[in-house]
Amino acid sequence: MTLDLVQFLIFAALLLALAWPLGQYMARVFTGEAQFLAPIENALLRLAGQGRPQPQRWQAYALSLLAFNAAGFAVLFLMLRYQNLLPLNPQGFGGLPAHLAFNTAISFVTNTNWQSYGGETTLSNLSQMLGLTTQNFVSAASGAAVAAAVARGFAAKQTRVLGNFWVDLTRTTLYILLPAALVLALVLVALGLPQTLAGSFDATTLEGAKQSIAIGPVASQIAIKQLGTNGGGFFNVNSAHPFENPNALSNLLTTISILLIPVAFCFTYGRLVGDRRQGRALFAAMAVLFLASFAAIYAAERLGNPLHAGLVDLASGNMEGKEVRFGILASTLWAAATTAASNGSVNAMLDSFTPLGGLVAMLNIQLGEVVYGGVGVGLTGMLLFVIITVFLAGLMVGRTPEYLGKKVEAREIKLAALTLLVMPIGILLFAALAIVTGQAQASVQDAGPHGLSELLYAYTSATGNNGSAFAGFTANTLWHNSFLGVSMMLGRFGYIIPILAIAGSLAAKRPAAETAGTFPTHGPLFVTLLVATILIVGALTFLPVLALGPIAEHVSILAGQSF
Amino acid sequence: MTTYLRPALVLLGVFSLLTGAAYPLAVTGVAQAMFPSQANGSAVVRSGTVVGSSLIGQSFMSDRYFHGRPSATSAPDPKDPSKTVDSPYNAANSTGSNLGPSSAALKTAVAERVAALGGGAQPAELVTASGSGLDPDISPRGAEVQIARVAKARGLSDERLRLLVQAQTEPRLLGVLGEPRVNVLALNLALDRLAP
Repeated sequence: MTLDLVQFLIFAALLLALAWPLGQYMARVFTGEAQFLAPIENALLRLAGQGRPQPQRWQAYALSLLAFNAAGFAVLFLMLRYQNLLPLNPQGFGGLPAHLAFNTAISFVTNTNWQSYGGETTLSNLSQMLGLTTQNFVSAASGAAVAAAVARGFAAKQTRVLGNFWVDLTRTTLYILLPAALVLALVLVALGLPQTLAGSFDATTLEGAKQSIAIGPVASQIAIKQLGTNGGGFFNVNSAHPFENPNALSNLLTTISILLIPVAFCFTYGRLVGDRRQGRALFAAMAVLFLASFAAIYAAERLGNPLHAGLVDLASGNMEGKEVRFGILASTLWAAATTAASNGSVNAMLDSFTPLGGLVAMLNIQLGEVVYGGVGVGLTGMLLFVIITVFLAGLMVGRTPEYLGKKVEAREIKLAALTLLVMPIGILLFAALAIVTGQAQASVQDAGPHGLSELLYAYTSATGNNGSAFAGFTANTLWHNSFLGVSMMLGRFGYIIPILAIAGSLAAKRPAAETAGTFPTHGPLFVTLLVATILIVGALTFLPVLALGPIAEHVSILAGQSF
Repeated sequence: MTTYLRPALVLLGVFSLLTGAAYPLAVTGVAQAMFPSQANGSAVVRSGTVVGSSLIGQSFMSDRYFHGRPSATSAPDPKDPSKTVDSPYNAANSTGSNLGPSSAALKTAVAERVAALGGGAQPAELVTASGSGLDPDISPRGAEVQIARVAKARGLSDERLRLLVQAQTEPRLLGVLGEPRVNVLALNLALDRLAP
């Protein structure tokens, strides 16, 4: 217990020590102050016809992002569909069926990295590198661009422009993601991750059996999948695989990498809007939710599975689906980080977590992926809740709500309220549809309430652009690949477009001077209100269905019932 | 339309080359030059033969060896490729059991493994499947409970094996990070050196 606490504190201290300066640096990237890669940057932009980039209004900014993501989808879809005709396919894998290629292409373009396929048994090295690794970078860069544009819009004084998408995309990739990934990838190779173009090697085990061991360009993909809140592993079991995560140090570094950029974005935001207290307030609200979810998952897994009392030494906790080198602390800390941050990589199988551990992981996503969240989009998702919260606070005291001195009016609140419908549609509506058509029953692995949890988790993960899974669920069917694909699109663009529209309309407003009647949005009172708003919205939406899944399962287990 | 299409296609192409080709190839080049062993899968070679990877578990069934954790990996059925058969520690197809906590199948499997170990409350990792199916480690206690069986099969004293397990136990990093563990392949290689 004490050692577990010390491990957590080391993690938290290192994360903050890295995220704070990174946040300051990222602000300099988005303001254009950082210039040391200017020759490469300018060459790329000139090639793209953006030699003199014009600031864009929110509509043009959103259209640019959509065009870029649409092109990314089309190219990736074709590459996966026809990987059998392309080079760098040492294992001779066939092209993916259309529905799987559709699902996978959407998944990586939306920064979800939901994997309906098993990496080492499905994808060629070309698909993994040129296809998926590229999207790991640019989908994260797209999210970061949105955050930069939104911060500029919130801070702007009576302008209509938010910046230029192509510049933000290029600068995020060149100045932030590529250098960070290069360093991390090489450190990870030193710690044991393979990095080769070979597909596998053969061994003769001590007992004389043949063991074919899959390898590949692993480290380069793991570095960016962690840093870019992507989460799509090289191997089927993701970071539980010893080649993705061989020891305590690789685990510490990759866990920090999950949260690093999303945490840094809080500090970047504070600088970009010219009031660091605003960024720190968002950081604090997220920290409260993160600590609570980690503590809950840790406690649930540490207590173990009561159904196995007498058979298993429960002092070791619930070890089904977990790795010895990580144990309970590192497995649950990862689970909290990956579901909070919309990353979706796993170092233990969430499907085998205790009911309450799995519930909290799922709820982390259902809250809207705002607890640090995905690169860029976690911050902007949180800002949508900020709009709702200042509106509620305004209702309580009977004043027009304000944020950063701007009046928040009907248009902004309507747009923010609209996004509250994304999660219920993508999760509840689509899951219900799968149940009434029988598609759910055909895909779940476990009987009883856990089966419902598996289905719910799949649609939760897709809509939240998370990508982790209760992996017993068979998602690779025409139905689920299609609906999960739609969920992922809804969960990405259903937030991005409204928040850009809000930023566009706030940018045009004149900031009013702070008066005695202004409700401060940086103090503990506001943080409390913000956390409460997030929890109330999430709980009202999802508690009923969670009662039928994980909560029912928990109660069954306490009653000694298995299924 | 071309306002958006040209930058979209050009930047997609450029970033594909930069992040999808140059980046992984550069990492591969540096990795192969600086860390060739790790970059190629940390192979373990004994008298000229590759016997495995130091990071990947392998299946041990015989009483003469320490056993690793139960593994849920499978392989295509040689008789009917549309089906799969159990194939523990299949390092070409990683997977966990993904059985839920209330699963009756999981409870039965755990009970059977416990019975095979002689009953009682066993170290959790010896009777539960790992996440990857390739977990190379067990806990020090998971090795201790196997000492009597291996000692008998090898004709060695319990005490000697206890010392061997202690020597092969990897402590927490800096005394804090991770969990104490025993790499089963390394332990069994040391065992073979001790009593071939």
